Formats: sequence, structure tokens, C-alpha cells
Amino acid sequence: MHPMTPAPFLVRSRRPVRADTVNLTLEPVEGACPPFLPGQFTMIYARGVGEIPISISGRTRAGGYLQTIRAVGAVSRALCRTRRGDLVGVRGPYGTAWDVPAASGMDVVVAAGGLGLAALRPVVQELVRHRARYGRISLIVGTRAPMTLLYPRELDRWARAGVDVQVTVDHPDHEWKGPIGLVTKLIERIVFEPRRTAGFVCGPEVMMRAAAGELVRRGVAASRITLSLERNMKCGVGRCGHCQLGPLLLCLDGPVVSYERAARLMAVPEL
Amino acid sequence: MDVVVLESLDPLIEELRSAGYTVVGPTVQDRAVRMAEISSAADLPAGVGDVQDPGSYRLTSGADGMLFGYAASPDSAKRFTQPPRQTLVRMRDGAFEEVDEGAPRVALLGVRACDLAAIAVQDRVFAGSRHPDPAYRRRREALFLIAVNCAVPGGTCFCVSMGTGPKATAGFDLAVTELDAPHRFLVETGSERGGEIVARVPHRRAASEDVHAADEVSRMAAVRMGRQVDTDGIQHWLPAAHDSPRWTDVASRCLSCTNCTMVCPTCFCSTVEDVTDLTGQVTERSERWDSCFTLDFSEVSGTHARGSGLARYRQWLTHKFATWYDQFGTSGCVGCGRCITWCPTGIDVTEELACIR
Ligand SMILES: Cc1cc2nc3c(=O)[nH]c(=O)nc-3n(C[C@H](O)[C@H](O)[C@H](O)COP(=O)(O)OP(=O)(O)OC[C@H]3O[C@@H](n4cnc5c(N)ncnc54)[C@H](O)[C@@H]3O)c2cc1C
Ligand code: SF4
Ligand code: SF4
Ligand code: FES
Repeated sequence: MHPMTPAPFLVRSRRPVRADTVNLTLEPVEGACPPFLPGQFTMIYARGVGEIPISISGRTRAGGYLQTIRAVGAVSRALCRTRRGDLVGVRGPYGTAWDVPAASGMDVVVAAGGLGLAALRPVVQELVRHRARYGRISLIVGTRAPMTLLYPRELDRWARAGVDVQVTVDHPDHEWKGPIGLVTKLIERIVFEPRRTAGFVCGPEVMMRAAAGELVRRGVAASRITLSLERNMKCGVGRCGHCQLGPLLLCLDGPVVSYERAARLMAVPEL
Repeated sequence: MDVVVLESLDPLIEELRSAGYTVVGPTVQDRAVRMAEISSAADLPAGVGDVQDPGSYRLTSGADGMLFGYAASPDSAKRFTQPPRQTLVRMRDGAFEEVDEGAPRVALLGVRACDLAAIAVQDRVFAGSRHPDPAYRRRREALFLIAVNCAVPGGTCFCVSMGTGPKATAGFDLAVTELDAPHRFLVETGSERGGEIVARVPHRRAASEDVHAADEVSRMAAVRMGRQVDTDGIQHWLPAAHDSPRWTDVASRCLSCTNCTMVCPTCFCSTVEDVTDLTGQVTERSERWDSCFTLDFSEVSGTHARGSGLARYRQWLTHKFATWYDQFGTSGCVGCGRCITWCPTGIDVTEELACIR
């Protein structure tokens, strides 16, 4: 089969999670969903409109993909507007993954900015599933406003399962009693043993640089911090050239990249 | 390798045609050498030469009766290995149909050593990838490649620096060196099917004078190379020079017109477009050539990763000469000089690299 040919998938459910974002569950018309690892993405195709990379946020009980999509442009808007039973195209899963088991025996800091939590959800699920293997687990979530928080019920569940969940917002409403401001502020405060800590970071590039930078400042090795980088992607399979970041083709060599490698590349403006 | 001499190319062209190949070779069109279908050697540009300089291309009269007395033309083999637009998928009635545009049996006559190297680069991108493209492989297998060893390199060529020419050493079915006094063609065989074709046309075994004359053609071409690049350590020093002041200078001359990427035989970047017919029933997805010089190439999250012309030129040059190694284990430049000739403002990669270093 040609690497650009999508497989037909059906939208099994569609649930709006905030004003501009929906959770879709997708199942193949035939056969089973290929397995995926935390951090991997699929190329989802909206008929007649186009195809975009979307992280896999989880697997449904029926074996489908859960994908959280924010409407920002033509394709994401079309996908957010799909209805139960609609046909979409899916290719993948593609890209590198977060190596969660490698953090066994260590403290773990997961830092998510905005939609970054959609990509990190399988990481947290994996940590919770094998809670005993890890030391302290902190999940820091930065979001625009309390209303835009993704997966609020799961955050509660993870907290009960032994994850230190902390949420900070940019624009509080009058009911908000939690922290306000940057994710880095919370990283300053949480407790972990830097020499044996792994960091998983995803969000807007400025947020990732700040969060990873703060972890390094507190003594975490850059090689133990991994980020998910975003670039324009037209193919996901190393043939369109759009996803380059210096030497990397982020659809193959990323999106998950160690901060050790990414820091130098992100430091060059407009690379 | 068998080496033979042909008195004329006509029987070869005839034999390829009867073997079912469309023979495509250099012709003169629009005051340039362009690759087009030919039916006999009479269609080839006899006595034509060229003068190529930064931002300039002119046909001149070349050596009398010689058929290949010019350098790289604006057309490369890329059009045949990676069509400028190809339909990938057709959708109707809720099904995705993979579209096979077929693999035309084309015999390309007049492929230069740099172009063979460029095809080898594209092979790594499309066939040697973790996600190999079966349509590319079929097109490549259907392409019969007849190399021509350059006698007169262009003013913008630097294949010697890139280690790709001027003599074709691999990757061809047949390789021709045009000799004069008397006019004849030394033909080397590079594949089994090449050998089978040659066996069916009138030929004689090459004598040592023929072989020496051909060696002399390639030796003189190497000596007369228009330009050069010092590639020593380029994979390391070029990315490290991301803040060189020269980028600002070259960006002030670059129009972001995309010409260099369109003529480059290795540039493979593409984008995908959807077209739905008027009835709304059938949608086709096609892939077409794209260029890293366009603004929307790097669009992400409502901004552009490379918003400035400086960043786009730097991306292109650094990719060609350095980061290509990281991604594909080879240089992305084969030294054909096309980007220099066809840049409307005459930007010369060899000069830019010398200044950046
Ligand atoms: C590995 C990876 C994983 C991702 N995971 C997710 C995920 O889980 N969920 C998710 O929602 N997103 C995810 N994304 C981001 C998602 O792919 C993009 O939001 C999507 O590609 C946008 O495509 P679009 O066609 O909807 O918008 P586009 O039309 O491409 O527009 C994107 C943005 O650019 C602006 N824009 C559009 N056209 C122009 C123009 N001509 N000039 C200037 N600006 C313009 C739009 O207003 C919009 O803000 C991921 C991206 C990557 C690389
Ligand atoms: S970069 Fe220029 S000289 Fe090098 S292969 Fe491309 S067009 Fe030819
Ligand atoms: S380098 Fe020359 S050919 Fe290439 S985009 Fe700039 S102006 Fe156009
Ligand atoms: S998305 Fe096309 S090369 Fe990476």
C-alpha cells in the first residue's frame, strides 16, 4: 500500500469538551486499530478538506482511538464538525514515543500546556497503571481559563490514584481558588529528587522551553526530559519535507525529542 | 563492463522504441534545451552549445555536428521520478481508492552524471525510506537511463567538488561518450537490460583509441569545471554558522521565488491538495511539488516557523549541503549548477558557502 493512502475510519462518538475542542473516538471500518505508543500521532483526513497530525490521546474500550481536536483552521474545524457515523481517513500511528518505562524507579514530572495534555494523557495513564514502579509523580497543567481545562474528571481520578495534580490558569474566573500564571511557577514549588527525575513536557514551544529550562535549573538532566515538538506536517512519513527542524524530520525523528537535543535547535530563532 | 562503439544513435533509439520505450531526450524549445520525446537522432540539438552564468542561460552554436555539446538543462530527471503532480487517492461512495498513475516506460537519453547522482538521492528519499513508496519504485524500474558523459561543463557546474561527475560511473543502463573525428559514440553497459538493447544494434568492440579518447573527454571536462565548493566538514560548520552575517546579505538578494527548488534535481518537498468535482461526489487527493521558500510551508499554530526570507534561504542552503546528511546519509546537492543559472538575481551557492565559511 502507498504510504499516503488513508484507511477508512468511522467517527464512533463525538463529545465537545470546551467551546472549540471535541473528543472524537475513531474506529476502523475494517480490522483493528494498529497499536500505538504514548506520544505518537495519526494523520487524520477530512474528506475534501485536508489532513492534519493529531496525537493519539488514548484507546477506547472497543479498541478505537480517542483523539482530542481543537478547531483552529480549515481541517481541524471540519474534523470538529464531524458527526457520529461519519467517515474520516486515518494514517499511522507515526513518530517517536515517550519512553515511560525508562522512568521506572524515578520521580516523574509531567508538564502540560493547553492542548499538550491531549498528547500526554497516555503517559499519565501508563504511570497510573503501574503506579508502584515510580516515585513521586507530579502532573502540572497550565490552561487558559478554568473552563478550558481538558479531562477534568480524569484529573480527579489521577489525583486519587496517587498523582500530585496541580492546575494553573492564565485567566481565573471568580470561583477559581488555585494558582494563576505560568507552569514554571509550579515547577519551582513541587517536590522531586532532581538527580533521579524524568520530565515529560508538551505544550506551546515557549511553555516547553520555560518548563524544561526550569527542570534543568533545578538539576534534572536534560537527557531525561523529553518534549513533543510541533511543526507543519503534510505527510507524516518523511516525504514532504515540511516538518524539518534543523537535522530532524519531526515526523520520523520526533515529535518526541529529548531536551538535550531540542534545546540547541529551539535556541536558534526561525530554524 | 562491455564497451562498444556505435556510429549513429538512430538504431539505438529505434531499438528502444520497438522495445516499448518512449524515448525522451534533449531538444531545443523556447531557446533552451528541454527534455521531450524524440523519434530519431535528428531531433537532438546538433551543433548547439550553451553559456551558463549566475542568473543567465543562453544557447550558442557549439561544435559542428556534436549532439551533446551543452551542460545541464533546466529539465532534470525529477519530472520522471517524482511527477510535478500525482493523484494519490480518489474517494467516492465512502471508499478510498488508491490511484495508480502507472509507470510509463521511458528511456531518458542524455542524463548527466550529476542527474544520476540526483536520482540516487531521490531513491534514498522515496524508496529507501522507512515508509517506502511502491509507485516510485515502479516508476524507477520503468525508467531506462542512458547517461551522456559531459564534454563541455557549464559555467555554473561543480560536480567535481560534490564527487558526482563529470563521468557517469554507476546507476545507468547505458552510458554514452560522444567522440569526434570521426563522429562516434562510445557506449558502456551498466545493466543487463542495457546490454540486451546494445546487443541488438549494429556496433563494434571499442578499440583502445576509442577508450582513451573517451577518458580524455571526461578528463578535460573535469579540468574545465566552472565552479567549486570546499565541502570539507560542511555537515558541521554550516549548521553551526546559523548566525553568520552573510545570511542577511543573501536574504536581501533572494526573492523567495522558488526557482532554485523547482530546477533542483534532488529537492523533493511536496504538499497535498484536495479537489472535489462539481457534483461533489468524487474527491481526488494529489501531491504536488512544494518549496521551502513559500511562507505557508512552515505554517504552524497560526504563525510561521520560518517567517523571514533569511530563515527560508538558510533552511534551503543548510538542508542541501548539511542536514541532508543527517536525514538521508548523503549530500542533498549534486553540483549540477541549475539553481545558480536559474536564480533570477544570480545567487551562487558556491559563492555563498565560501563567504559563510
Ligand atoms: C505531532 C503533532 C500532534 C498534534 N496533536 C494535536 C492534537 O492532539 N490535537 C489538536 O487539536 N492539534 C494537534 N496538533 C496540531 C494540529 O495538527 C494543527 O492544529 C492543525 O494542523 C491545524 O490545521 P488546520 O487545517 O485546522 O488549520 P490551518 O488552516 O493549517 O491553520 C492553522 C492556524 O494557522 C492559521 N492560518 C490558516 N491559514 C493561514 C494563512 N494562509 N496565513 C496565516 N495563518 C493562517 C489559522 O488561523 C490557524 O490558527 C498536532 C500537531 C502535531 C505536529
Ligand atoms: S542545490 Fe543547486 S547545484 Fe546542488 S543539486 Fe540542487 S540545483 Fe544542482
Ligand atoms: S535563491 Fe534565487 S532562485 Fe532561489 S528562491 Fe531565492 S531568488 Fe529564487
Ligand atoms: S511530515 Fe512530511 S516529512 Fe515529516
